[in-house]
Amino acid sequence: MTVKIAEEWLNACSGCEITVLDMGDRLLEILEQVQFVHIPALMDHKYYGQLGDKKHLEIPSADVGIISGGIRNQEHLEVAQAMRDSCDLIIAIGTCATHGGIPALCNSYKNQDILDRYYSTCSTDIPREYPSQGVPELLDRCYALDEKISVDICMPGCPPHPDQVYSSLISLVQGGMPDLSGKSVCDVCPTIRKGKGQVRELRRFLQTPVYEPSEPLDEMRCLLEQGVLCMGPVTKAGCGGDKKIPRCISARVPCRGCYGPVKFDGNPLLDMLNALTSNGIEFEGMDELTSLLRFAGAHNLLQNKGL
Amino acid sequence: MTQTINISPLTRIEGHASIDINLDDYGEVQDSRVNIMSLRGFEKFVEGKPAEELPRIVNRICGICPWHHHLASNKAVDACFGAQVPGTGQKLRELMHTISHAEDKLLHFFFLAAADFVIGPGSDYEVRNVIGIAKSNPELAKKVVKMRSKAKMLMENFAGKAIHPVAGVTGGFAKPLQEEERKQMLSEMRELLDFALYTMDFAKNEVFPQYMDTIESLGVIKTGFIGTVNNQGAMNLYDGNIRLMKPDGSFSEFSPQDYTDYISEHVEPYSYGKMPYAKAWGEGFSLDRNDPKGIYRSNCLARMNVVDSIPTPKANAELQEFRERFGRPAQATLLYHWARLIEEVYACERAIEILQDPEITKEDVRSQVEPKAGRGVGCVEAPRGTLIHDYSTDENGLITGANMIVGTTHNLAPINMSVDQAAKSLIQEGHVDETILNQIEMAVRAYDP
Repeated sequence: MTVKIAEEWLNACSGCEITVLDMGDRLLEILEQVQFVHIPALMDHKYYGQLGDKKHLEIPSADVGIISGGIRNQEHLEVAQAMRDSCDLIIAIGTCATHGGIPALCNSYKNQDILDRYYSTCSTDIPREYPSQGVPELLDRCYALDEKISVDICMPGCPPHPDQVYSSLISLVQGGMPDLSGKSVCDVCPTIRKGKGQVRELRRFLQTPVYEPSEPLDEMRCLLEQGVLCMGPVTKAGCGGDKKIPRCISARVPCRGCYGPVKFDGNPLLDMLNALTSNGIEFEGMDELTSLLRFAGAHNLLQNKGL
Repeated sequence: MTQTINISPLTRIEGHASIDINLDDYGEVQDSRVNIMSLRGFEKFVEGKPAEELPRIVNRICGICPWHHHLASNKAVDACFGAQVPGTGQKLRELMHTISHAEDKLLHFFFLAAADFVIGPGSDYEVRNVIGIAKSNPELAKKVVKMRSKAKMLMENFAGKAIHPVAGVTGGFAKPLQEEERKQMLSEMRELLDFALYTMDFAKNEVFPQYMDTIESLGVIKTGFIGTVNNQGAMNLYDGNIRLMKPDGSFSEFSPQDYTDYISEHVEPYSYGKMPYAKAWGEGFSLDRNDPKGIYRSNCLARMNVVDSIPTPKANAELQEFRERFGRPAQATLLYHWARLIEEVYACERAIEILQDPEITKEDVRSQVEPKAGRGVGCVEAPRGTLIHDYSTDENGLITGANMIVGTTHNLAPINMSVDQAAKSLIQEGHVDETILNQIEMAVRAYDP
């Protein structure tokens, strides 16, 4: 039986849609087994009828609804609710949908602060009033999908690896559920760890860590143990796809947490500070800590300082 | 006013937008507007963050051109901190930047735009898409999917992440290129160049000839252009001076750090996106098609117009042929598709050149950097246009101010004008159908916003 899929992007960058296309040959295999009924990135199905003459936003009914992005404005909310109404199963794809992602960094600020900044930068002719005609009103902050609609499957990642998207879609087509592991990035990272007590404080990522370029990753010392902040201990694994090796580490740079917390409702900032403390590593000297929540600012984890 | 036609959402484009077209009592188009629906506020929420983290934050502005944001951001941070990037670090950055261009153009031409030409502008929406192409021409689809994915995997295998990259770092690049990796990349880029040349011929022989009337009429407007040139006035997508060309073809050239002397951004009440215009022309801003003021365009057609030549042989031959046929500056909006395929050839040729540079495998790829107070402007040509990141930092190297002018925003004013032109020429006496509405969207899609 052909599985019908509807796909939407909300407060997102389109990286999750592109990762779907990055499946390569496997994309064509999937396309033989599914039918897309709505996907604005690739297909011209319109919300208000093909002539734009209907009053209500309509998404065709589908077996599976895939949504990327969090919910930041009235249109996102309306589309998310229509997707929920039309689809039997909702998959939140990408960390913006599951935890707010980078755009949820806005939750540290009031909308007014954001508008005031954007419309007064050094190259902007400051307008008398901010745009309000034909554009959707902003909500008070950026929400993860599950704060506004019920979600059946969460597939975090910024973006998720194409291997993971493929295996998840294949399980769904075959009537099963995807296996999205609960391990941490450290659990699957091949670098050498020698144990706690050797690093006392962390430094910013402004110099190259020690490694021999011709040697594989399992010859490199753990970046955290080299004194570089790495979010591996508190970040969900999966970014390496079938190869398992964390993608950032393979570029010899530290993890920043793009797959969201290991436990769905974890707090990467607190969990990371706990991990550092229990290893005797000082963090008081760090210049800034909000960045540790850069992928998980929804669910009230990042809040407006003015409140 | 008796009727508003709402095209929502705009589809097979890369952002969130809708079009409102207002008809008068006689069913004629009174006015039209393109609403840019999203506002995220990166300029605000990067404040206070360590500058060296920005290249890994602002790449989320766009999942299609994250490398270009990543690298413009790295350049801006380097300038804030006074970092000297080793030559090989620069070359690795340009290599990734250029391969990403090559991948992006295949994505737009085949996955987003081609259906309008290959399947046809008036065909059923259920088949007028890449899935329809895959069913009607499976051999071509297989080749396209394979080639695009090859470009992406080549970036992932070397640089870790292809989408939302991390390998550009303050002071250079995170890792050197090994000789084995270089050989592999070179052989794959040669395959991509063959495919780019095949695509150019396919489009010139089998696609564009059928649509010359449409190309010469749909969404046509007259504007200036913006793009980056190297110190010989030739194309370079990664670095150089900005050339701002008037509609008559005369131009001025400036260093990216002086951009505020030349460009301002205008705000309309119906779009969250700002509309950059040429402040330096001293004529203000107007979208009136009969008397536009300050309007210029970016992206591939603009680059074809502003450069004197392309420094790689096959792409340059294509540019000369293009120029003989369509003049300089070429104004027809749908020529963006043609220009994009010429750039595809350039991107592949340039990546091969870089991969043959004897310095590309040197291990000196990053200099050590200390955070400090400063201001830095980083600029690259993103697929959709001249991309400017402008940061200021405090003495700890934390961001105190950020301004970004994103490639597509240069085209927001022209897109409005092209939609107005298309709507007014296609909608008469209140007659609207799906083909007409899709043709209006084709005028937008050419810009690949």
